[in-house]
Amino acid sequence: MVGTAANSATVPDIDPILDVSGVTLQYKTKEHLITATYRVDFKVFQSDRFVLLGPSGCGKSTLLKGVAGFMKPVEGTMKLKGNVISRPGPDRVMVFQEFDQLLPWKTVKQNITFALLNGGKCSSRGEADDIAMEYIRKVKLERFENTYPHMLSGGMKQRVAIARGMAMEPDILLMDEPFAALDALTRRQMQEELLQLWEDTKFTVLFVTHSIEEAVIIGSRILILSPHPGQVKAELNAHHLGHENVGETEFMALQERIHKMIFADRVLEDEA
Amino acid sequence: MTESASQDGTTLIRPEIEAGSLKATEQVDVERKLSIVERISNINSVRKLTVLLVLIVLWEAYTKLAEVEELLFPPFSATLITLWDTIQTGELFEKIWITVAILVQGYVAGMVLGAVLLVFAVMSRVGSDFLSTMTAMFQPLPAISLLPLAILWFDLGAPSLIFVTIHSVLWAVALSTHVGFMSVSMTQRMVGQNYGLRGVSYIAKILVPAAFGSILTGMKIGWAFAWRTIIGAELVFGAQSGKGGLGWMIYEKGDNLETTYVFAALFTVIVIGLLVENFLFRNVEMWTINKWGMQR
Repeated sequence: MVGTAANSATVPDIDPILDVSGVTLQYKTKEHLITATYRVDFKVFQSDRFVLLGPSGCGKSTLLKGVAGFMKPVEGTMKLKGNVISRPGPDRVMVFQEFDQLLPWKTVKQNITFALLNGGKCSSRGEADDIAMEYIRKVKLERFENTYPHMLSGGMKQRVAIARGMAMEPDILLMDEPFAALDALTRRQMQEELLQLWEDTKFTVLFVTHSIEEAVIIGSRILILSPHPGQVKAELNAHHLGHENVGETEFMALQERIHKMIFADRVLEDEA
Repeated sequence: MTESASQDGTTLIRPEIEAGSLKATEQVDVERKLSIVERISNINSVRKLTVLLVLIVLWEAYTKLAEVEELLFPPFSATLITLWDTIQTGELFEKIWITVAILVQGYVAGMVLGAVLLVFAVMSRVGSDFLSTMTAMFQPLPAISLLPLAILWFDLGAPSLIFVTIHSVLWAVALSTHVGFMSVSMTQRMVGQNYGLRGVSYIAKILVPAAFGSILTGMKIGWAFAWRTIIGAELVFGAQSGKGGLGWMIYEKGDNLETTYVFAALFTVIVIGLLVENFLFRNVEMWTINKWGMQR
């Protein structure tokens, strides 16, 4: 790895929230055993907006499923606050891309109280109601608290899912391309709102995307993965870049740099 | 022309068009209230009731005009009078009660057994294999065909009827619930596990509501099977036990050539079937899967 100015910054002497070291993940289809990631290392610290970026097939979603506890690594360890991750749990809440992550038989508010009560965050219904309303207000959906998910637009559904995840106040919020199924305008608005929410509470988030622009806007640190199988290519800083920098030289330069890293392999493959 | 233009590689330039005044509002009704007849004929139940009324009129007219022997085919009016008599004497309700009580016991027992099997099926692959093999075997087997065995094991009486009713409900419910569980989306499963649900609470809070459409379908099919089975079983069986429900009423009255009673009993069987299907299940659907947007 090239020693750039960003890399020369001193590594903080505190314990990471999430420590992934040497993780190889494999899954089976009907006919194949697929290695999704190979010996991936990274550390996520408190209040990081850590982005996993890569082309399709780089195992970024699989990696997120591993952190969530839905998959066990065949090699390496994943530790959350020093404890090895062995199964899914409410200390790592996942926000999915799919709109059906909201339970259709529950209203907006019930979807959140359901999480709070079953996830062990609240023991009484009244307390859960209060917290749910607080987060519904944060995502500006107070008019829809008693609405069923099928009456909401895609963007509103994702807002509820984010509110549900944040209401749990997990150690780390896992987001699997949460805005990928939205139209461009809504996506941009949701990115801004997510950053606004982060300004409020400084939660730690691990965010998967395949959009370089989104990675630079959302991320404070970006992990770039190569495809087939996913291996770490680089870990870059982007904490200083957001929506207001889109189109500026520094923003473009970082985008270009990432673009080259991701597509370098492809050029070589094509020539070969 | 456009083709020749595009072949040259040049674009065919046409004059632009801009509409002057729009005339639709003057020439057609943009919105017109439908006439009373149109609106009434749009109500489903009105159309269906009309069909029913026509059938009743045809029935009454045929029996009266053709002077059919009342012993063979009584007119609608005579059936209605008998029905009224049996309601007044309380005989009808007694019969309905006997049949429905057994049906409910069998139905509930079938559901409970199905739930136990499904829990095992969800928890383990062996359980799943067991359930699919059992449903594949018993689903095509008419429950009524087990009646002789049931009589052998449980003797004449309610237990035998409950046994065949359980068989008619269990496999239908288990099959469609199992299929429903398997088609629950991966995302919803992961959401449930993410918030710490495991085992029975995972089944009850995620799988059951997510598969509720399929479960209801199974319950409807199970109900229809059970209703047919119990009426059929009573036909065979009431003959010897002496006291029975609606099925037994059909058999007994037919034997005594009291044909109007047979018709009244058949009529009751149909009405109860319709009520459960169109009232009970319809309402459950409205309050669940329709409200949740899982069915339109």
